[in-house]
Amino acid sequence: MSADKSLSGRVFLFGDDIDTDQLAPGQYMKGGIAALAAHCLEGVRPDFAASVAPGDVVVAGRNFGMGSSREQAAEALKHLGVAGVVALSFAGIFYRNAINLGLPVLTAPSLADLTEGERVHLDLDNGRIERAGEKPALPLDPLPDNLKALLADGGLVPHLKKRFAQERQKEQGR
Amino acid sequence: MTASPTTLAQKIVARAAGRPSVAPGEIVTARVDLAMIHDSGGPRRVEPILQDLGVGLFDANKVVLISDHFVPGDTDEGARILELTRQWAAQRKVAFHDGEGICHVVLPERGHLAPGMLVVGGDSHSPTGGAFGAYMFGVGATEMAGVLATGEIWLKVPETILIEWRGRLSDGVTAKDIMLALCGRLGMDGGKYQAVEYAGEAIAALSMQERMTLSNMAAELGGQAGLIAPDGVTAAFLQDAGSDPAGWGDWQSLRTDPGAKLLEHHIFEAGDLAPQVAAPHSPANSGPVGDAPATPVDVAYLGACTGAKYQDLANAARILKGRRVASGVELLVAPASRRDQDRAARDGIMAVLEEAGAKLLPNACGICAGYGTARLGEDVTCISSTARNFKGRMGAASSKVWLGSPLTVAASAVAGRITDPRLMLAEHAGGAA
Repeated sequence: MSADKSLSGRVFLFGDDIDTDQLAPGQYMKGGIAALAAHCLEGVRPDFAASVAPGDVVVAGRNFGMGSSREQAAEALKHLGVAGVVALSFAGIFYRNAINLGLPVLTAPSLADLTEGERVHLDLDNGRIERAGEKPALPLDPLPDNLKALLADGGLVPHLKKRFAQERQKEQGR
Repeated sequence: MTASPTTLAQKIVARAAGRPSVAPGEIVTARVDLAMIHDSGGPRRVEPILQDLGVGLFDANKVVLISDHFVPGDTDEGARILELTRQWAAQRKVAFHDGEGICHVVLPERGHLAPGMLVVGGDSHSPTGGAFGAYMFGVGATEMAGVLATGEIWLKVPETILIEWRGRLSDGVTAKDIMLALCGRLGMDGGKYQAVEYAGEAIAALSMQERMTLSNMAAELGGQAGLIAPDGVTAAFLQDAGSDPAGWGDWQSLRTDPGAKLLEHHIFEAGDLAPQVAAPHSPANSGPVGDAPATPVDVAYLGACTGAKYQDLANAARILKGRRVASGVELLVAPASRRDQDRAARDGIMAVLEEAGAKLLPNACGICAGYGTARLGEDVTCISSTARNFKGRMGAASSKVWLGSPLTVAASAVAGRITDPRLMLAEHAGGAA
């Protein structure tokens, strides 16, 4: 089925209150991101880092990313190729970190009947999760404009580079 | 026309955003008055980004660097990170406190904070600064690099969740007990990433360091900030720390006006609160210590920004004076700052702890954040005065951490099992009579 071909990712389902010590365990913080990412979420799901593939979507309940300000929590997911995280709610610092690193994070009013391993596609342009067969797409809450712009630029660093370049151009034009 | 009543959070954010007023939910760009970074999320992570951006610091006088995570540098990697941190401080010419304690405690004790400031910190417990009437919140390293490059940050103007404690806490009940009770009642996302504000007679009666524990653990409630309106207690502490009131502006107007629109208003009776413990693996698994099973403990830990300040050590000493830690229990003490430790030593508090059998650890984050050589081993049960007991945070995934106040930690160390500290306080009082 051609519709299913575009469903390049799978759902990895988690519960409430997934904390940053699960996403980026403190004892591996001294090493680089590759070493740290290998242990991402191993406390709740030992095979996560080994089995997750580019395009997959992490789906969780309330307060995803609670705890520390360590942005390696979001960076590890990005490093593993996760297309984005969809949750009922996020912890504030994790949410900001993810956007700043260019990892899409979206809240959903409901997770409907999404199941573990289900084939999906995270459609950022239309703010929804596309599902196989007859299942209707799952709507996601729209992002505020300033965050859309940040994500579109690929995160805070490319966003600032663009801004600084524009400022320099303006000065030179004077 | 009179201005409509506003919250403390709105007043601070409006000033920082250069606006006469702001409404909750609006997204604004604010000027940052101060940025605090530490050795873990600081130089090693922000410098490569600044280089990539090709810019320097927005204002070196508004940046404070504090080493606390990899102190004492007892591993090759930790020592290397500390060395890089020291070099960066010298190169970038920022205020630097090296190995002098945990950032959230050192920042105010060295006079860097003032009421009304908008402050970002590169650590999740940054809401601690809210105890001084500053709007302070935590950010990750990339966002911090953006702040260091521009001096600006965006924020969504917060709603306020007002948490009022009426009456007075009874003896043996402390700020940590308030926070564990709140985590249980409101949940780890009860703060909804809005401004939590503490008020009421019981809060006004607290010392500055006890207030810091409340604001610190706004993080565990999932609030962005944890505010307390500045008063005479705040002013006295800050002046003592070397902050000049001339720079505080109209600080006495920094309070939530009567009638200001609140998202939630919770009212609690302080006199009804008993000492609390939180069972593994969440601060929200809390309840009165008397209801908890008398669980045997292997390690009792007095540490962290939220559990080893001068006041916390003094509280523990009330229990430990003339007593010994139970056989088979290890009592570890990591005073939150060198200055607090020195003061506790002068007042005889450190001697009481050591005579009771406590082992002293460096003035650093230590095992609270999973660092250092004292990390908890397999199957170890620990009672800890820290803020978080997430699975595996303080050591092995099989270790079990209970949270309690410094009083409860000390009493449990003496009894060898989780214990209500009020029984031991009463014994002391009886003995003195």
